[in-house]
Amino acid sequence: MTNTTYTVIFYLFAAVTVFSAAFVVFSRNIIYSAFSLLFTFFGVAALYVFLSADFIAVTQIMVYVGGILVLLLFGVMFTNKIMMTDLKTDVLNILPGIVLLLSITGGLIYTFVARAEWFTSTVQLQGSVVEKIGFETMSRYVLPFEMVSILLLLALIGAAFLARFDKPGKTNDK
Amino acid sequence: MSTSLNVWSDALSEFSLFGLPVGLVIVAALPLVFIALYALTYGVYGERKISAFMQDRLGPMEVGKWGILQTLADILKLLQKEDIVNKSADKFLFVIGPGILFVGSFLAFAVLPFGPAFIGADLNVGLFYAIGIVALEVVGILAAGWGSNNKWALYGAIRSVAQIVSYEIPAAIAILCGVMMAGTLSMQQFTILQQGEYGFLHFFLFQNPIAWIPFLIYFIASLAETNRAPFDIPEAESELVAGYFTEYSGMKFAVIFLAEYASMFMVSAIISIVFLGGWNSPFPNIGPLLLNDWTTGPVWGAFWIIMKGFFFIFIQMWLRWTLPRLRVDQLMHVCWKVLTPFAFVAFVLTAIWEIYVK
Repeated sequence: MTNTTYTVIFYLFAAVTVFSAAFVVFSRNIIYSAFSLLFTFFGVAALYVFLSADFIAVTQIMVYVGGILVLLLFGVMFTNKIMMTDLKTDVLNILPGIVLLLSITGGLIYTFVARAEWFTSTVQLQGSVVEKIGFETMSRYVLPFEMVSILLLLALIGAAFLARFDKPGKTNDK
Repeated sequence: MSTSLNVWSDALSEFSLFGLPVGLVIVAALPLVFIALYALTYGVYGERKISAFMQDRLGPMEVGKWGILQTLADILKLLQKEDIVNKSADKFLFVIGPGILFVGSFLAFAVLPFGPAFIGADLNVGLFYAIGIVALEVVGILAAGWGSNNKWALYGAIRSVAQIVSYEIPAAIAILCGVMMAGTLSMQQFTILQQGEYGFLHFFLFQNPIAWIPFLIYFIASLAETNRAPFDIPEAESELVAGYFTEYSGMKFAVIFLAEYASMFMVSAIISIVFLGGWNSPFPNIGPLLLNDWTTGPVWGAFWIIMKGFFFIFIQMWLRWTLPRLRVDQLMHVCWKVLTPFAFVAFVLTAIWEIYVK
């Protein structure tokens, strides 16, 4: 594929990401917001692919679409009267909002254009990134990796503990 | 290894009409056409015939010889049906649901190797992609169930999603055991590693006695992920009418059906690639009988993977008429208290085998 094709596809995915993210914020229907998040996550995954981080891209889909989005949708669907609630998407506090928006945008543009040093990597990415990620997590970053897994295990056990309900004077088994 | 198909497919992919890459589209569409043909005609026909024989019936016999054209007649009927969207449905989600489901079930086909030279994208994260992309299907099911605005549909969708999300865990750990044996995530590499003159003896299932545990765990979990019996409470007819596609009719129903058959083939292909050598011939070379060499090649490759896929689909259909449906609590019990611990044990045992025995 030529360079222009890449550019066109890149802007396509960027547009999908930005517009669906805007839809998440501006939609008055919370179900639509949640479903729109799907396209945002996919767009971000596609942008990871453009950075040749294919492992991160698939992880993004697996974790965000398969986990977090489903959890969100379940949360929305199991909440009573969610469709009756009047969502507020009005524009409030116009003046402070504009000041904040302008200062953040200005700051970001300033950092990107004036301060940032864009450097291109001297070493070209070659071969599989997955193997390198595996080796690094199991050697150099093994302590953070184990700590994160213990943290997640704690969260899992905590969630299971909170979710089970014991009837007083009666065990849960049979 | 012969590369004749490679040359042929390269020539086809460079073919273009008026500057449009027609050849590339044709190459990309071939597996989809195969699945569409198989699913909408012979998958359905096979399912009806197999179920009929298991119940001592004849099944469809009227249209064509042995009822072979029955499914074509059914497709014509589905195409002509009015597209009904019920009044109180959420129109947008109702329409987009089957679409997302359909796309989600076909995305994994991009990384399935159909032969030595025929693979859509040989990603180095292929297997991870194939089991991760199923997530899209889940969102499609939720959209369809919620959009129908029908309590049966919503119950079906929630049950289906809860089931798919839960069974992803034992399935992924079982696949991880296979990945440990191969040391790669690329589907093509996986298949090449199981190549050899002794045929089936090179398959991971026969290389390692522990591999049978993850093989069985993945097979059971894949039944649940595709909502097949005995894990078909999402579409339990006696409780929920038809589950998340209760309100669908005509072509939208056909699209959901097609997605189901596509994902059935997908999990069958994954289990064949990880444990049964993908497109490799199972025959060994015995002395002067070079059975393995005679049955290896681009076309044979496609034949073997499709046959292995069909074999597992046949077992899925067989189980449907043999086992009773599980209750919701039994379903979760099997997943969390049986399959997941066994998958962990298999994971540790495989690691020990790979380090100390092999």
